[in-house]
Amino acid sequence: MRPSAARLLNILVPVKRSVDYAVKIRVNPQQTGVDLNVKHSMNPFDEIAVEEAVRLRERLKDGVKSIKAVTIGPPKASETLRTALAMGADSAIHVEIPESAPAPEPLGVAKALHALIQRGDGEGKVDLVIMGKQAIDDDAGQTGQMLAGLLGWGQATFASKVQVDVEKREAVVLREIDGGSEEIRCRLPLVVTTDLRLNEPRYASLPNIMKAKKKPIEKLTAADLGVDFTPRLETLKVTEPPVRVGGGKVESVDELVAKLKDAGFTAA
Amino acid sequence: MSFLFRRQHLAFISRCRPFSSVGRADVDYFRTFLPTHAILTTLPNDSGSVAPAELDVYNRDWMGKYTGRATTVVKPRSTEEVSKIVRWCNEYDIAIVPQGGNTGLVGGSIPVNDELILSLANMNKVRSFDPVSGILITDAGCILQELTDYIAPHNHIMPIDLGAKGSCQIGGNVATNAGGLRLLRYGSLHGSVLGLEVVLADGTVLDQLTALRKDNTGYDIKQLFIGAEGTLGIVTGVSILTPAAPQASNNVVLALPHFDNVLPLYRKVKRSLSEILSAFEFIDRTAYDLAVKHGQGRGLSDEDVAGAQCFVLVETSGGRREHDEEKLNDLLAELLDAENPLILSGVLSQNPAQFSSLWALREGVTEAISKEGKAYKYDISIPLDKFKVVVDATREHLAERNLIGEHAVKHVMGYGHVGDGNLHLNICAAEYTQEIQDALEPFVYELVASYRGSISAEHGIGAAKTHALHYSKDEVSIELMRKLKALFDPRGILNPKKILE
Ligand SMILES: Cc1cc2nc3c(=O)[nH]c(=O)nc-3n(C[C@H](O)[C@H](O)[C@H](O)COP(=O)(O)OP(=O)(O)OC[C@H]3O[C@@H](n4cnc5c(N)ncnc54)[C@H](O)[C@@H]3O)c2cc1C
Repeated sequence: MRPSAARLLNILVPVKRSVDYAVKIRVNPQQTGVDLNVKHSMNPFDEIAVEEAVRLRERLKDGVKSIKAVTIGPPKASETLRTALAMGADSAIHVEIPESAPAPEPLGVAKALHALIQRGDGEGKVDLVIMGKQAIDDDAGQTGQMLAGLLGWGQATFASKVQVDVEKREAVVLREIDGGSEEIRCRLPLVVTTDLRLNEPRYASLPNIMKAKKKPIEKLTAADLGVDFTPRLETLKVTEPPVRVGGGKVESVDELVAKLKDAGFTAA
Repeated sequence: MSFLFRRQHLAFISRCRPFSSVGRADVDYFRTFLPTHAILTTLPNDSGSVAPAELDVYNRDWMGKYTGRATTVVKPRSTEEVSKIVRWCNEYDIAIVPQGGNTGLVGGSIPVNDELILSLANMNKVRSFDPVSGILITDAGCILQELTDYIAPHNHIMPIDLGAKGSCQIGGNVATNAGGLRLLRYGSLHGSVLGLEVVLADGTVLDQLTALRKDNTGYDIKQLFIGAEGTLGIVTGVSILTPAAPQASNNVVLALPHFDNVLPLYRKVKRSLSEILSAFEFIDRTAYDLAVKHGQGRGLSDEDVAGAQCFVLVETSGGRREHDEEKLNDLLAELLDAENPLILSGVLSQNPAQFSSLWALREGVTEAISKEGKAYKYDISIPLDKFKVVVDATREHLAERNLIGEHAVKHVMGYGHVGDGNLHLNICAAEYTQEIQDALEPFVYELVASYRGSISAEHGIGAAKTHALHYSKDEVSIELMRKLKALFDPRGILNPKKILE
């Protein structure tokens, strides 16, 4: 028997469509960014976030009331939402930005998520946000922390294990830190950001992919949320790292020593 | 009468001829043009010999089934060096085993006695690539994966792909006429190989390294070396047509309740996907479970595999992602919504990492079996509807002889290239034993012959199946093969006792 007092969990999982990690990144000729005309997929850390939400439901059963995925991105980002829905999210929100618009920055994204969470109340109120610790395209690694700050919630970043006690309304999170791990106990509501070792995301099964097509996706705009995605940073130039010049072969030790001297290396 | 006489005569030449062992004088001669690191020998000599253990990787095959007693391995760097070695050996009656990546599965790359091993590993340069025609001309010793990587920036792919790609060489692929995972789409090497450079048994270099799509000027001699397993000449250069890389690829693994559904599924998939279908691979439950057990790719969830008797991997490759995905999605929706569904469930890869992981389930079966135990491999072509019959009959046959269990045969399984009618029947045992061998042969071969199948679809004959050649080739064919062998290699020095006994 479940005590009726315990509020069931509503989980929000923000996901981002980003250049697939297997793609070899190339800087565009104008040097304003990278070539985006390549394979995109869900940011791997976000995939882990969706997986964790679905596993929480598998563990807590009815303790999880809803799992909602949200993305902020161009029209094609809806494919990413379909993947999240196929993995087990119940519904989704797409905050759509024009295809040509610049990518929103972490603060813009955090504000949009903040507005979205504020919007919900009563039954639909979000208790737990699970999101990637960073997106592999810009590697900023800031959104989760900013969101927790805006909301005034606790945060458990770089999670490698998450246990939630619905009745006590608290979570115990194992965090990856330099040289080891740290276990923290947090009160809900909470923002968790995922690290690589948290779990291994499942495949989307065909029946679930088909079901996902019928799940609702709510479309919103920046204006609906009263946020502005205009970038605050200006990108001056994007360049590739210098090409590594290949080594050369020497025939003898003497030659090696001579080469080293030429290059400015001398015995101390 | 004269027929019989000739037969015996030819047999005498290729079979009973005693070859000379490699001696110090031979090594000394090789030293006159090969650098120290290109000769590995256990024979005492001036430049230092190696411990026998250092030759183990050359003297043992990939499965650990065949062991040679070669004392010497040479690794020439050029066609000219290969020619010098072969000419010398022909003159002094030294038998040679050409060796590529040593991934062959029929013992063809391993000496039956103490033949000289001629490794092509140092012939590893790409000679040219024309991005317009896609024609790649390369040394025979280039590793398949490296060639794939070499042409990838030009948006081309190799017409052949197989689980051993990280080690096998293009020359070895040609010598075995390897089939692999892309045959359904790009056809066999008999079509994509445009030219070859071959060192003949007397050291002469046959230069047919042309880059022509069309060349009907008499007998197409290069075809004879494709699949000759090093018995007619040593391939040193390959000219091969590479197709443009597909712009979009997808794959799904489908779980099927019965084998009976595989063929109707294949028909349906062919019809719905038509030109974008690039692979249709079959894995039975035993093979799937072994692949997952040995960490070859991540398995599906328990829920998705529950009740599945076998699996099918379908790959699509095409030029436009949206178009391909729409076709694939329509097919999948139709399969799931059907009144009597052919499939139970399945998964669709969502990103390149999952794409590779699903392929690994199929490609990794060979490796998983070798981790599980000792494999008896039958690579057969049979009518598609007989795949399961053959696997089941083999299992029953072994069970009747009380050979199923941890003490003898652990698993009997089938997987393979449905699209090509090619089944890999694998028997995984605790050890190689005569008893199991006798139970399997000629049983399997007779079974295959009863369906007019081939006893070796893509792996070749090597040393493993010479005695069984007659199940797939009649007297007339075998006699012609003997004559060809005698014509190309009159002294029988090239890979003796392989293909023909
Ligand atoms: C994991 C795995 C998966 C495989 N999958 C497939 C598959 O899907 N389809 C398939 O067809 N095969 C498959 N094979 C077997 C296949 O025949 C070989 O992997 C490959 O084609 C052999 O290349 P290699 O360079 O290793 O040749 P080797 O094993 O070194 O030699 C094979 C034969 O060719 C001869 N040879 C090698 N190089 C030359 C040369 N330059 N000139 C003349 N003769 C030469 C050898 O003497 C020997 O008879 C697989 C093997 C493994 C281990």
